[in-house]
Amino acid sequence: MTQVQLRESDAAALELGVDRGGFLRSFATNQIVGPLGALLLAILIFSVTTSTFFNTANLSLIAQQSVVIGTLALGETLIVLTAGIDLANGALMVLGAVVIGKYAVNGNPVVALLLGVVVCAALGALNGWLIAWFSLPPFIVTLGALSAISAASRLYTSSQSYPINSSFLTVLNQGPTIGGVTITYGVLLWIALTAVFAYALTQTSWGVRVYAVGDNPRAAQLTGIKVKRVLFGVYVIGAVIYAVGAWQALGRTPTADPSGYSTANLDSITAVVIGGTSLFGGRGGVVGTLIGALIVTVLQNGLTQAGIDSLYQQVATGVLVVLAVAVDHIIRTRQTR
Amino acid sequence: MTDSEAPTVLQARGLTKLYGHVVALNDCDFDLRAGEILAVIGDNGAGKSTLIKTLTGAIVPDAGTISLNGEPVHFHSPLDARRAGIETVYQELGVAPALDITQNLFLGREQRRKGVLGTVFRKLDKPAMRHQSAQQMADLGIHIQSIRQRVENLSGGQRQAVAVARVAAWARSVVIMDEPTAALGVRETNQVLRLIEKVRDNGLPVVLISHNMPNVFQVADRIHIHRLGRRIAVVEPASTSMEEAVALMTGAKSPEALLMSAEPASTDPAGTDPAHVVGDGSDHNFAPKGVS
Repeated sequence: MTQVQLRESDAAALELGVDRGGFLRSFATNQIVGPLGALLLAILIFSVTTSTFFNTANLSLIAQQSVVIGTLALGETLIVLTAGIDLANGALMVLGAVVIGKYAVNGNPVVALLLGVVVCAALGALNGWLIAWFSLPPFIVTLGALSAISAASRLYTSSQSYPINSSFLTVLNQGPTIGGVTITYGVLLWIALTAVFAYALTQTSWGVRVYAVGDNPRAAQLTGIKVKRVLFGVYVIGAVIYAVGAWQALGRTPTADPSGYSTANLDSITAVVIGGTSLFGGRGGVVGTLIGALIVTVLQNGLTQAGIDSLYQQVATGVLVVLAVAVDHIIRTRQTR
Repeated sequence: MTDSEAPTVLQARGLTKLYGHVVALNDCDFDLRAGEILAVIGDNGAGKSTLIKTLTGAIVPDAGTISLNGEPVHFHSPLDARRAGIETVYQELGVAPALDITQNLFLGREQRRKGVLGTVFRKLDKPAMRHQSAQQMADLGIHIQSIRQRVENLSGGQRQAVAVARVAAWARSVVIMDEPTAALGVRETNQVLRLIEKVRDNGLPVVLISHNMPNVFQVADRIHIHRLGRRIAVVEPASTSMEEAVALMTGAKSPEALLMSAEPASTDPAGTDPAHVVGDGSDHNFAPKGVS
């Protein structure tokens, strides 16, 4: 074989190589296409089969119903991208909510919110520290955290709920009404946060490193990436996002209830997986997760509109999760061979 | 390729490393000259991986000195060696399969945009990185469709080529390759061997650790033979047969005995040693120098 030094033009061809494949191919291989198709299909089916599903009021409601799980799932996505998992995200959010709620009874609501953020960040840091520096499995660490934090919320409040009276703490359920459709600040904040992290994951070196750590931690380590710091970081940032989730939750239901949102962890992981992020790490993204959270809500909302028992909604969600994991597994094994 | 007047780039003298009573390195010397591929061979447990880990900073020796381009260096971590310009390719685990070629080449060394976009918004300069990646792949003659392909869509040989390309792009002084072809098939191995030659021809000296004798004899300019924790001989593939190298490596033959038998070889190497292997299709033109 003759090895001829390639010229500038060859390098240019390499650089533009993908463009020869065309826009369609790069679109088809995009990981958002699957979830987006599923979302549109679900909307289409419910629009045809029920008369009450497809109207602006219900679609606006779906967005509002998605924000809490969607925000939790956003934080969870960062962790899952590093091949980790956080089972304690719902519990952390609830603890954040009761810390905010209890302090806000007599305290300044803004300070209360900041306190909630600090508590969540501290516990996220504890999880991240155990996972990154002691190489403990994230599943076990966060399972323990789930149990301990849930109990801590009840102990801290003596199992009592705190009603929220502050308009600042419930502001995320407010929002401008455009043409009869209310777009809450909570929905806008969710979309904005998703956009910020979509940018951070795809356009900054931090993002590349998050994917690299999830994809092949040894290789990441060998290239000089501080793997432990990246892992620690996603658990802390994730926890701060859960605190935002707590703010969202207080807007949706103005009560800080230590026993609420007990299935939020699994619901948010469902949204992450349906949104196309691989539980094995290194693949996926936060835009997919936003779509995933909408799919979960559309299914619940649509099946309710269709008058189907809510237990079947859980069956449908379960089937969808297994399907999403199966698709991910097939893609992975086909590509890695 | 190599001539004995070429300056020594990486040199070690008297390296010693003990693990309890086990002597992993015993007063070991090492010399890598500019512009050469130096193969390091040795039986399992001979201590060659300890030697390599010492040169790449993963192990700190108990005694001995290392110098790079004549300057003494002290590596306390792989990062120190990397900062000094020594880069290493490993048998596998070198690449992140879900990332594309450009992301892999720049992993851990991403470039940011100039101005506010880079400093405030930390935005990566993807066009510039793609441009440099494409140039690097073209310079090394690596055939791929596009710089934006995910590494998992490449063949094993191409993946290793990406790992080599990354190392060659960032190494300033030395490239070390630890069994780079061990996981590859014959055809892919040949691709990577050609790439190793290309890296040398582009100006970087290469240390190649390999178990595969035909590979070593195909590309190496000199061969460092490691036995019982030290260098027992440096031979040239042009004047030494594979059998002799293996005999030295396993202790079946002493270096002194080889020197005697190699004596006539310096006058007429090709005639007296028809069995020597230089590698088929190789464009090497070795000057016979005997055992150095």
